Order: sequence, then C-alpha cells, then structure tokens
Amino acid sequence: MYAALWRVLPGPVWLRILFVLVLLAGVLVILSTWVFPWVDSIVNNQEATVGSP
Amino acid sequence: MRDRADLPATEETRRGRRRPRPRGRTGVAGVLGELLITAGVLVLLFLGWQLWWNDAVMAGSQSSAAAEISRTWIEQDRLARGHTAVPTPEPTGYGVPVVAAAPGPADAFAVLYVPRFGADYHRSIAEGIGLDVLNSPQLGIGHYPGTQMPGEVGNFAVAAHRSANGGGMHLIHQLQLGDPIYVQTSDGFYTYRFRDLEYVSPATVEVLDPVPHRPEASAVDRIITLTSCNPFYSTAERIIAYGVFESWQPTSAGAPAELATIIAAQAQG
Repeated sequence: MYAALWRVLPGPVWLRILFVLVLLAGVLVILSTWVFPWVDSIVNNQEATVGSP
Repeated sequence: MRDRADLPATEETRRGRRRPRPRGRTGVAGVLGELLITAGVLVLLFLGWQLWWNDAVMAGSQSSAAAEISRTWIEQDRLARGHTAVPTPEPTGYGVPVVAAAPGPADAFAVLYVPRFGADYHRSIAEGIGLDVLNSPQLGIGHYPGTQMPGEVGNFAVAAHRSANGGGMHLIHQLQLGDPIYVQTSDGFYTYRFRDLEYVSPATVEVLDPVPHRPEASAVDRIITLTSCNPFYSTAERIIAYGVFESWQPTSAGAPAELATIIAAQAQG
C-alpha cells in the first residue's frame, strides 16, 4: 500500500520525501481539525461529574 | 507463507533506495498489516491529541475567555461608580455575602481561581454539567444545577475535567489544607479555603448535598465542592475537593491581595 504510494510519487528521492512530508502534514491537519473532535464527541471517555448528568 | 515473506521486501522497498522491486505485488496480508499499523498509529495520535494538544489549546482559549469576563465585571463596576478610585480593601466588614440568582443554562456567571493549580489558572464557571459546558472552548467548569450559589449557605458544587478538554484540574490531588479557592462573580470575590479530599464512586451524588453525605441535615456552613475524575486518565472514580467559605468582598472593594496580583498579571498578558 505505502510502497505503491512511494512508486506513484514523481521525481527524485528528495522530492518524494518532500511530497510524503507534505501529505503527512495535510493528514495531520485534517485529523486534528475535523476527525479527532468528531471522535472525541462520540467517545466521551472523560467523565468528571458525579451522578448522571 | 508467501505473504509473510513479502512483508520485509515491502519494507525495504519503502525505506531503501534503488532496490529492485520485489517480485509480484504486496500480498493481502501485507496490505492488511499496513492498515493495522496505520490504525494503531491513528489511535495513538488521537490520544496524544486529546490529552495534550487539544487539552492545551482548550486551556488557552478557556483561560482567556475567563480573563475577559473578569475584566468586564471589574470595568462595569468601575463605570457604575463613575471611575472613582478603588477604596482600600478592608479585611472584614462586608456583611453577609451577596448571593446571585440561579443563572440560565450554560451562562458563565463566575470565574474560578485556584493558585495551587498555577498562578494563571482561571476558568469560567457556567450553569450545567453537560458537555456544552465542560467541553466548551470558552467555559470549562460546570455548576451542578440545584446546588447552591457562591456565598450561599450550603454547597456550591462544580465539575471540571482532570486531564482533557482544558478543564485543568490536573493538580487537584495536590491541594493542601488552607489553599485559597477564589470565586469571582459580577457581585464580588468569594474566598474559600481548601479543607479535604475525598475519593468516591461515580454514582456518589451525596457529595453534592448542602451538607455532603448528610441529606437530612440542614446546612450551616458555606462550602465549595470541586469534582473531577480519578485516577488520572481514568474515569473509574471521582476525586472530590471540599473548601470552606472564609470571606467575601464586593467588586468595588477590589480583589483579595493575592487574587489582585493574579488579576493584574492576567490583565497585562
């Protein structure tokens, strides 16, 4: 899977590494901006109250 | 076994340079393995995000929101008095503390200061203990509806997260006898002194009674109760911190000395 991605990326190795870093950064931004807050809202594993709110 | 043999080859292709491609394509097990590793990394990333990144981001925004409310109240009071100089605070003599009416849902009606949690620890207290309050980027601390208000005889009970969503009660277990717990409202400043900790099961609503654990008793003291989760990173138990009311002073009298320093510092930064 990742090997295929590596083959698809164009250019010399340094350019491919650059691509990978940019892709990773993009994935992290998407995760922390949309995916993780959404997961957090449904997982809700941080209860701080007594009784049932 | 062919698939397994393929795995290292895939690794090498990914890492190494100018190696000949492995014969054939990555097997099903290879793809599955990569997916599982990815899932594991995602879970770790989420935990890191929840417990550190988001906690810090939320703490920052909740903190500045609380500072803003505090500033507004002090400014409103100054305007109401026509910009007269703040009188020298007297140690006593402000009589029975003013008790505000119960606020509407999610209304930020107070700011909590606990110097033991850090000199810059301040959070808005809003009505209600739902996630709209506890997980809000502006609020963070929830007042249990039906429990008493600041300065009222009985129990002023609030909840906040211990280790996520910016609640910031990381250090609740380090409170020491006599530590100040300040509550600021639009009326003034209420000083409580920490008394003791208690560890209870999550169902123990008796800690919210006007006299904790004594539902039939009528309250004489004014106390504050902080609840959070325990142990750290877990929700198996609740940690309860009790404080006893010491004094109050109206906004016009200025904050108690230690709190005045904190408020002045947050006004600058």
